[in-house]
Amino acid sequence: MTLNIPSFNLASIGPWITLSIFAIAILLADALSPKGNRTAAPLLALAGLAVAGFQTISLWGKNGLDFARMVYVDNFSLFFYMVFILGTALTVLISLQYLKDYGKNLAEYYALLLFATVGMMLMAAGAHLIMIFLGLEVMSIAVYVLAGLFREDARSNEAALKYLVLGAFASAFLLFGMAMLYGAAGGTLFLNDLPGRLTAGFKPLTLLAIALLVVGFGFKVASVPFHMWTPDVYEGAPTSVTAFMAVGVKTAAFAAFARVFFLAFPTLMPDWTMVLWVLAVATMTLGNVVAIAQTNIKRMLAYSSIAHAGYLLVALVAANQLGAVSLMYYLLAYTLMNLGAFGVVILVGRKKDSYLSIYDYAGLGAQHPALAAAMALFMFALAGIPPTAGFVGKFYIFSAAVKAGYIWLAIIGVMNSVVSVYYYLRITVLMYMKPAEADLGPINFAPAVTATLLLTAAGVVLIGVFPGFLYNLALNSVKIFPGL
Amino acid sequence: MMMDYVWLIPLFPFVGFLINGLLGKNLPKNVVGTIGSVAVGLSFLVTVCIFAQVLKLPPEARHVEKVVFTWIASGPLQVQAAFLIDPLSLIMLLIVSGVSTLIHIYSVSYMHDDDGFYRFFTYLNLFVAMMLILVSANNFLLMFVGWEGVGLCSYLLIGYYYEKQSASDAGKKAFVVNRIGDFGFLLGMFLIFWTFGSLNFKEVFALASKYPVGSGVITVITLFLFIGATGKSAQIPLYTWLPDAMEGPTPVSALIHAATMVTAGVYMVARCSALYSLAPISLTVVAIIGALTAIFAATIGMAQFDIKRVLAYSTVSQLGYMFLACGVGAYISGIFHLMTHAFFKALLFLGSGSVMHGLSGELDMRKMGGLKKEMPITYWTFLLATLAIAGIFPFAGFFSKDEILFHSLVDGKAIYWGIATAAAFITAFYMFRAVFMTFHGESRVDHHVAHHVHESPPLMTVPLMILAGLSVVGGFVGMPLIEGAHVFRNFLSPAITPVAHHAAAHPTAAFEIFMMVFSMAVAGLGIYTAYKMYILFPDLPTAICDKFRTIYDLVYHKYYVDEIYDTVVVEPIKEGSNILWNVVDAKGVDGVVNGSAGIIAYLSAHLRKLETGFVQNYAFAILLGVVVITGYLIGR
Repeated sequence: MTLNIPSFNLASIGPWITLSIFAIAILLADALSPKGNRTAAPLLALAGLAVAGFQTISLWGKNGLDFARMVYVDNFSLFFYMVFILGTALTVLISLQYLKDYGKNLAEYYALLLFATVGMMLMAAGAHLIMIFLGLEVMSIAVYVLAGLFREDARSNEAALKYLVLGAFASAFLLFGMAMLYGAAGGTLFLNDLPGRLTAGFKPLTLLAIALLVVGFGFKVASVPFHMWTPDVYEGAPTSVTAFMAVGVKTAAFAAFARVFFLAFPTLMPDWTMVLWVLAVATMTLGNVVAIAQTNIKRMLAYSSIAHAGYLLVALVAANQLGAVSLMYYLLAYTLMNLGAFGVVILVGRKKDSYLSIYDYAGLGAQHPALAAAMALFMFALAGIPPTAGFVGKFYIFSAAVKAGYIWLAIIGVMNSVVSVYYYLRITVLMYMKPAEADLGPINFAPAVTATLLLTAAGVVLIGVFPGFLYNLALNSVKIFPGL
Repeated sequence: MMMDYVWLIPLFPFVGFLINGLLGKNLPKNVVGTIGSVAVGLSFLVTVCIFAQVLKLPPEARHVEKVVFTWIASGPLQVQAAFLIDPLSLIMLLIVSGVSTLIHIYSVSYMHDDDGFYRFFTYLNLFVAMMLILVSANNFLLMFVGWEGVGLCSYLLIGYYYEKQSASDAGKKAFVVNRIGDFGFLLGMFLIFWTFGSLNFKEVFALASKYPVGSGVITVITLFLFIGATGKSAQIPLYTWLPDAMEGPTPVSALIHAATMVTAGVYMVARCSALYSLAPISLTVVAIIGALTAIFAATIGMAQFDIKRVLAYSTVSQLGYMFLACGVGAYISGIFHLMTHAFFKALLFLGSGSVMHGLSGELDMRKMGGLKKEMPITYWTFLLATLAIAGIFPFAGFFSKDEILFHSLVDGKAIYWGIATAAAFITAFYMFRAVFMTFHGESRVDHHVAHHVHESPPLMTVPLMILAGLSVVGGFVGMPLIEGAHVFRNFLSPAITPVAHHAAAHPTAAFEIFMMVFSMAVAGLGIYTAYKMYILFPDLPTAICDKFRTIYDLVYHKYYVDEIYDTVVVEPIKEGSNILWNVVDAKGVDGVVNGSAGIIAYLSAHLRKLETGFVQNYAFAILLGVVVITGYLIGR
């Protein structure tokens, strides 16, 4: 008997290994260190992310498969690695003081963040549907726990439970879809092989599989009608976790969504683009319109994130190179502006989320001009006003839709972004044009959060004014999709 | 070459914005004001130098693009941060930086007692920087940056007195309405990119010239762009924000809501003359909207008592004239009127500001009267501007307005001319009504205000006098009749693509002179009517109003357009949002818990929610989605 060990190169999954080791190290360090001393955990997390980032950069330019064709090592996944690393690192920075105020600055929090990041990377790099599913679960389970971090808080519990129950429900659909696909393709789930194996005879089965995959991914990106968990979970979860979910989870799901659909089903494009067209319109519209009625800032941002899922779906519908590029650019821009906005929410919320109503932003412009200016910038960026990254991203997305011939979709998208101005602007109006109703007390400008705000604000402007570099990186990455 | 430094033009005000914005709070007011004024003054200086250089170039070489850096380079989409120097942008740059400088100087004195002095100059400088970018961009996208930027500043400045609810509401309204217009601009831009693969003016226009006249795609593009113009330039149906914008400080009304920003739409149409000239349908739409707005706003202006609102509706009406000119293909006349209007309308607003200054903030013309003696400089400059806007020879407005009337008849239709002439009559009437009510007759000033009515300080009156000078002589650059004397046209024509089919009819000089005399007579009649009603028989207006109560009420309430928009558009969206949230989307519990009793109630509410199965509802929605999607994919 010969044992056949496929050749593999550990460096191909270097970032995963690094983050996993650091996550375990964080847990061990916590177990061994004297009780109450938790300064090491966030530092270790940041160090791990830095190393992983360095490894990702050194892998840049590689183009191939590894681990028995299970893992892509290509620029598409590496680009997303960088977005995940950035998102997680910024989440760590905004979490520190926030968790301390709650007495929850736990080492496992940071370990779970890193594990979730590994899951996201698996999703972006998976070359086999099972790998993607594995990544999805690794990520999701970590995030379920994170959402319920505040065990004593009913809302946090509720968030975790809802997310878990519905997440399991959606995962089942995803898995079921993969099973169908396995049957339709005659026993393979390799993304590279699927287009050749999906014969016309099994088209109904394939379409069924596609429908179920749309459900699974649609749930994770918070698309209508699979979005209903989002406001409750976003509101209930700790704010730093909400930020992480809004950027990281969504980005990872879109990375896998795009990879699977662009790579595996190019011939069925007319079928699935129509479905996504409808989902995109419904998602954008519902998210934006309902956001207008919200008075809790976290709920408002939850609906805003639903609306953004709609815009991103437009990029998928376009299904051309510019569409894929715009998806990548926008996800990075969205990570920056959303984390910035959540950073402000954490600061304004003061101790233990005391102030989450949008009316608590009244008079902020006079009391804390710099903080208000930053929030205004993030709001304008989310609304898509030039020259911020949000504008350039929307411009790319809608250009892609127009280029692909979806003029009406672009019109609806632009109309939606007009509607969205209303609620983003309301925050600005409150900050600058309404006097504070009461003195809410001082804001504790924790250095890490301040640094995050500076970084994200600078990033939002910088990649808005100079998007060329990122565009080229993204363009370089989407060459892997022959169908576009 | 000075032209290499064109980027300095928007940079100076931007630096002023940064300095005042970051340090202004701790600087003395004089320093803040000086920084703001000097920054804009320097831009004007650079513009003048470049203008002098361009004049030395032969007309066909007057198109220079200066690239600062490449902004977006995305395969087919190449967008540069680059400036375009050509006659059209130069005229706009001169108007914007010149008028802005005067208004900045005026504001130093006008705003002197305001607590937010530095904030005001910060916004004002940012506005000027954005406006200069708008008019000097060499592509649609960069123009859009300026376009959005001025909208933002306008919003900040309208809501400047944010303690006032009406002011912050007005700011919000302006921004939202403008965004509706911007939506049209954006779509037009996408279509341009889709059709021509470029956003650079020169490239797009060159490619467009290969299209036939009346081409569908160009018609759609130009109509979309015009939606943008109606938003920014306050035309029907998106004009409602401009009168409300008068909530801002008066220099802002003068600069943004009369002289510069609102002309952006006219500039854009003229800039895209190469596209509009290929789209007769769009031109007709532009002309009709322009003509209708001109008369519609003028009629509203007749019945207002707030002096700034009168001027606001007059601005809307005059912008209508400019669009009418563009719509009949007389782009140059439109820009000409834009320029003269910038002079006299800025002057009118600053004059009304001076009146307010003298009367401790009074705006109601019913509480003015007889101010001629106390405020001679304000009176005389205001009168000159009024003569200019009424179109009396030889003031600036005469030349530009007469040109528009002439072209609307010769190149357009008799009906345009009829409407425009009627609007000219009304304009003369309500402007002199304002003059008579404010400066003539018996004083109706409140007692506690009356004893300290005073003329404004020189820092305010000198800009008035300069603008008055321009309102008098500004029209002479566009001398009619004499061959080659229309230097404005000669200078501008290389930058404009005329409508193709014209040049057939060339009316005689006698006809032109007859037209001038006629329009003068119409204006004179308007003035006489106002004189009769407000000087000779001051009781007459009330009697007329009583007789035609219904019509008067309709006009006085601005045809109830705001109310209609509220009921038809605003409320349904708000309602819809609430319904969607409550019915379609599960409603969660908002708010923060207050006290322990609250916590218990809260917990129970949530636990019940969990038990009675909201999650099931959510899952059901997912399931429904599954069924619909699978059904669609397989069943079709």
